[in-house]
Amino acid sequence: MDRFTTLTAIAAPLPLANVDTDKIIPARFLKTIKRTGLGVHLFDTLRYDESGAERPDFVLNQEPYRRAQILIAFENFGCGSSREHAPWALLDFGIRCVIAPDFADIFHNNCFKNGILPIRLPREVCEALMADARMGGNARLTVDLQRQVVVRPNGEEIRFEIDPFRRHLLLEGLDDIGQTLQHAPAIDGYEARQRSERAWVPAIGGV
Amino acid sequence: MAEPRTLFDKVWDSHVVERLPDGTCILYIDRHLTHEVTSPQAFEGLRMAGRRVRRPDATIAVVDHNVPTSDRSKGIEEPESRLQVETLERNVAEFGVPYIPLLDARQGIVHIIGPELGISLPGFTIVCGDSHTSTHGALGALAFGIGTSEVEHVLATQTLLQKPAKNMLVRVDGTLGFGCTAKDIVLAIIGRIGTAGGTGHVIEYAGEAIRALDMAGRMTVCNMSIEAGARAGMIAPDETTFDYVRGRPYAPKAGAFEQAVAYWRTLPSDPGARYDRTVTLDAGAVAPMVTWGTSPEAVVPVTGTVPDPEGEPDEARRAQMRRMLDYMALTPGQRMQDVPVDVVFIGSCTNGRIEDIRAAATIARGRKVAPGVRALVVPGSGLVKQQAEEEGLDRVLTEAGFEWREAGCSMCLGMNPDKLTPGQRCASTSNRNFEGRQGPGGRTHLLSPAMAAAAAVTGRLADVRELA
Ligand code: SF4
Repeated sequence: MDRFTTLTAIAAPLPLANVDTDKIIPARFLKTIKRTGLGVHLFDTLRYDESGAERPDFVLNQEPYRRAQILIAFENFGCGSSREHAPWALLDFGIRCVIAPDFADIFHNNCFKNGILPIRLPREVCEALMADARMGGNARLTVDLQRQVVVRPNGEEIRFEIDPFRRHLLLEGLDDIGQTLQHAPAIDGYEARQRSERAWVPAIGGV
Repeated sequence: MAEPRTLFDKVWDSHVVERLPDGTCILYIDRHLTHEVTSPQAFEGLRMAGRRVRRPDATIAVVDHNVPTSDRSKGIEEPESRLQVETLERNVAEFGVPYIPLLDARQGIVHIIGPELGISLPGFTIVCGDSHTSTHGALGALAFGIGTSEVEHVLATQTLLQKPAKNMLVRVDGTLGFGCTAKDIVLAIIGRIGTAGGTGHVIEYAGEAIRALDMAGRMTVCNMSIEAGARAGMIAPDETTFDYVRGRPYAPKAGAFEQAVAYWRTLPSDPGARYDRTVTLDAGAVAPMVTWGTSPEAVVPVTGTVPDPEGEPDEARRAQMRRMLDYMALTPGQRMQDVPVDVVFIGSCTNGRIEDIRAAATIARGRKVAPGVRALVVPGSGLVKQQAEEEGLDRVLTEAGFEWREAGCSMCLGMNPDKLTPGQRCASTSNRNFEGRQGPGGRTHLLSPAMAAAAAVTGRLADVRELA
């Protein structure tokens, strides 16, 4: 996983609430066995018409937002399915940070596992940042994870909160599994206790 | 005296392997269910890191999401779907994971077969790379959906890194009226609290109306917890639960079962346990519900009308409502019962159990699917299909003009050939009515199995109470 430290980039405004995972990546694109290559299908139905041509009014079809690495949206972003294809599609497009008033839980979790930083900021702040983003190529937002601030084009700094453990993993680009396996003796101990205290728990075998 | 604890607290506490300094817990997972869509990249990750599956005996794999529901003897035609299924087969063989193949009688939707086979049990932690894992919470388990990275994490470590959720109580008092079901309860709850109403919480469903539900109904309610934004839904295990579990193929046997029940009886929330949020609902006031928009919270009683965005004070919400009405091709004030349907889908992990098929057959018996309507019944598993056929329900349905198909997710998400075409309108017993969920441009109205059958025979969103 790539580390996330500081990002200065174009931000795309997506002034929609309840952007669900089917909107981020429709189910018909989940038939892949790879993590990459989903970027072209990101927001497929918003981005392309029935014939597959780009809808010129959709933000990611416009310059400079084709190069956006930050996305700003409204409430309950990422609701719906647990498909990690949603963050994979965002990442493959180039998005490394999503800013919204709040996120659906599983999506929020999945972002961190893929080096995408989801930032919760109040709605008024999201609206202000969208206004910045609409200045297009003239405006860049900076997201500084180390200092936990978003820097607006006018230099104003907006602090955001983030779980310290997740911040640490993102800053270091660390793999969760490696971290957890350092606790293998505790897991062994738990399993031994479970075998004696909950001896009734059956094993699945002989299917 | 120890602090009174909730059902969630108890299951959580008993699975904490270790609490890290910042409060994140390493949580032990009792059961891990996998399917073809969200697992390939996880197995690939294991392979690349040279890791093994820690507990194959606590893991089960099945194919469900993109399998065809018509004749399967010729295999899967669609190359990408076939590749996903073959990839899963290679992975389970390589890592020694128990697997239920496509042509096995027990194949079915992962959330149907877990409880049905006794793989999902009360007091367990259960995960699956699928958000509707919340279904298994009906047994009194802590069950939630995870992403593919977490699938890999569980495969490698049999644990997850998690922070405790908040507790939310949804108490449904009273008794359900004639023609109303568990599906109507959960749609009414989502209508009340909204699709983000449960964010950060685990919902415990309680109250007289929940106690009165059979396990199928409880699973329907817990299934849609995710549509209310909750991480999971749970219902305290009771005699109904124990009777359901007893004798299932992978449930504890004989003496072990009695030990298990003794433990399960300790799980219900203690008197005085604290909830961060409580919502109450009167089951007597719940009518048969139907959604009108592209979010499950956009729901009204079938006797109602399409709402008017102009009456909505919040501008963003007003714009969203307009967009939904535009997509759904509905006009404010239109009576829901006048809305015609093209397709009816009865199935999914929300309503693909034998009880759901019985409910649909009761309405279909002696009637005919309306002209021009295509109606599909897709059992949730091969065993549900078998049972229905033993009861003669397949004949009742096919004589009425319904299609009787093989088990799978099918038109719930349209990853297999069962899809809506653009503009088609569907009465569906599934759980999501997002834009394009059942096929690009398709329009979905969520409702109960009996209501879906009523829509099939009338050709519109009918009030089932007038047909029963
Ligand atoms: S039936 Fe639908 S909701 Fe359930 S697991 Fe399958 S696709 Fe998901």
